[in-house]
Amino acid sequence: MIPVQFYLVISTLLFFIGVFGFIARKNLIGLLMSIELILNAVNINFVAFNRYLFPNQLEGYVYSLFVIVVAAAETAVAIAIIMNVYRRMGSETVKSINELKN
Amino acid sequence: MEFITANNIIFALLSVIVLGCGLLSVLTEKLMHAAFYLFLTLVGVAGLYLQMSYDFLAAAQLSVYAGGILMLFIFAIVLVHRIGENSEHVRMGKKARAGFAALCGIAVVLCTMFLFGNFSEDPSTDQFTETVNMELIGCTLLGTGKHQYLLPFEATGILLLACIIGALVIANKEKEDKE
Repeated sequence: MIPVQFYLVISTLLFFIGVFGFIARKNLIGLLMSIELILNAVNINFVAFNRYLFPNQLEGYVYSLFVIVVAAAETAVAIAIIMNVYRRMGSETVKSINELKN
Repeated sequence: MEFITANNIIFALLSVIVLGCGLLSVLTEKLMHAAFYLFLTLVGVAGLYLQMSYDFLAAAQLSVYAGGILMLFIFAIVLVHRIGENSEHVRMGKKARAGFAALCGIAVVLCTMFLFGNFSEDPSTDQFTETVNMELIGCTLLGTGKHQYLLPFEATGILLLACIIGALVIANKEKEDKE
């Protein structure tokens, strides 16, 4: 059986890959993709803990299902916002959203 | 040589796919390539769920993430992104700072995990072969007892409804302004 640490290491690395993308990307869609990576890393953690600690219950399982649903909702709303930003500002980079400045 | 079992080889392949494609999806400059690598990462994560024999979760991951969310991403890239200038140049300084932050985070989490966590080796169970039966999942999602989640399920339904309406309203604003 694969030890639970391996799943935790994969989840940690994927989480911080997502954090790296979130800081380094300039594009709003790129930021959203990094958030998806982060959510997936958290899901792996939930599922691994559920499987190794309480294999007869489904707490982490149900929680990660809810995370998947909330991620879908969040992506839909965020992409609607990005479309709107693109129509108003003519660009979809983070730098272009500065109407509230000054 | 007892480490080289089919289970371990599949796990190693899946982890290489997940981490490699995740890294490529973050590092590549073209957004369409990034979406493709994100797709491979999501499929790899679904494979990890399958290896823990959580079939329904892997199916949900594939259909919602790889089917729905990724399609949304591709539509957004095609609609929003101008094809001519699709390579975004990020300055090396910013990349270096982001990489430094990520490496610091990885170091902190892994050090904490391996210094303070006590993982007990339990070699008695070989691997997860029994799958969770659908009846248990249904009872957990739609029951009202202890360790059952009817209320969050209903709240998720309301959230989805609100998100549909919100997305429609936000995406339609421009047309109302013109009228």
